Amino acid sequence: MSTLPSTPQSAESAIGTSRVKRGMAEQLKGGVIMDVVNAEQAKIAEDAGAVAVMALERVPADIRKDGGVARMSDPNMIEEIIEAVSIPVMAKSRIGHFVEAQVLQSLGVDYIDESEVLTPADEVNHSDKWAFTTPFVCGATNLGEALRRIAEGAAMIRSKGEAGTGNVVEAVRHLRQIKNEIAKLRGFDNNELYAAAKELRAPYELVKEVAELGKLPVVLFSAGGVATPADAALMRQLGAEGVFVGSGIFKSGDPAKRAAAIVKATTFYDDPKIIADASRNLGEAMVGINCDTLPEAERYANRGW
Amino acid sequence: MTTPTIGVLALQGDVREHLIALAAADAVARPVRRPEELTEVDALVIPGGESTTMSKLAVLFGMLEPLRERVRAGMPVYGTCAGMIMLANKLLDGREDQETLGGIDMIVRRNAFGRQNESFEAKIDFAGIEGGPVEGVFIRAPWVESVGGGAEVLATYDGHTVAVRQGNVLATSFHPELTGDDRVHAYFVDMVRAGL
Repeated sequence: MSTLPSTPQSAESAIGTSRVKRGMAEQLKGGVIMDVVNAEQAKIAEDAGAVAVMALERVPADIRKDGGVARMSDPNMIEEIIEAVSIPVMAKSRIGHFVEAQVLQSLGVDYIDESEVLTPADEVNHSDKWAFTTPFVCGATNLGEALRRIAEGAAMIRSKGEAGTGNVVEAVRHLRQIKNEIAKLRGFDNNELYAAAKELRAPYELVKEVAELGKLPVVLFSAGGVATPADAALMRQLGAEGVFVGSGIFKSGDPAKRAAAIVKATTFYDDPKIIADASRNLGEAMVGINCDTLPEAERYANRGW
Repeated sequence: MTTPTIGVLALQGDVREHLIALAAADAVARPVRRPEELTEVDALVIPGGESTTMSKLAVLFGMLEPLRERVRAGMPVYGTCAGMIMLANKLLDGREDQETLGGIDMIVRRNAFGRQNESFEAKIDFAGIEGGPVEGVFIRAPWVESVGGGAEVLATYDGHTVAVRQGNVLATSFHPELTGDDRVHAYFVDMVRAGL
């Protein structure tokens, strides 16, 4: 962590530092963050052992079904969820919609997800995340995209996956892509890192840091398409430090049971016997969508750049 | 000099950072998730994380009683943030069903310093640690509301107790594992070594 800006020299305290923002995500590692649309679901998630909840008006599966423009949630609904649980609460802003982000910060959410699941508000720019005290998590499909988000101030990265499909194929692709690109950087000498930075369209300093660390300088979670305990364990074995679960829980037959099972499998991701036990009698999983039948305009992973 | 083996409770949280800090402080560090792994370590660190989740997973995987037994039997333990909460004899603003291990005669208030927007860094004077104040990173941090006779206050911030020791058990509201300053871990490793 030595590359983070150090503690200010004054005797005073400092809020919103990189360490505090990135450190918050470190505390979530090994955990499951669940999408919830009301206080009742938030309590079910907390009871099941979620490390945080994502407050949103409609889970991605319903956003897909309803169509139209998807926006930040109603502040009342977010506040109700903050009131209902003692674990951290996250909420989503549209890509580039820094005013939605300002509103979420003023509500006191613990993390802002600048999310491709909502309809992008800006086709060129993401929000300047350094301008906020509240930390941001952003989606990425590859290393360059992850580093561009980190350069803009993101304190946590997640795969984009293809939220609301119940199909992990895209999240697997993104995690493998990021992992492979990091492994490739590890083998580069200093001369090659400049060209690598240009190719990744990311700042040289960040590229160099990743080459040295062998990982992103922030926490990496998986998101998009996780529907079963085995899905969650798969993402962790592929290198995700934790898992977001969206529609997969509350679009299934027995949300409380499935939520607890996914938490178990995320902790014991390398123990097939525990994953097997967690997978028993969970009732119906969400039906799911095959990603290759999705029309181009409905592919969330293409949003953001 | 003997090298102690110190486990890091790896149910959830910033396990990796503690493993790195312990290794830098000359201990053999390994993750502990199962009761049988607990029997193989001389001491334990309970990391930062989400205390409700950690407590739930400890119950679910049969770790709660083995942990309590080792703590009662005098195993050295160090808890940061959520780990401090786990070591409290009594908890305020926790969930009603939230289990702790106990170990320090103190009452801890969960999320006492506020939500993430109030999370902060500050220099902390730490009794027994040389070389100037340690860097304190406080994330949705708890504080110690009050301590009983056997517990010694090692650090305060803004009038609130943020580091406590009782015998072999140490707890801080903040996260030395996030700073690259390993002096608090070295202090704990010395505690462990003294008991071997």
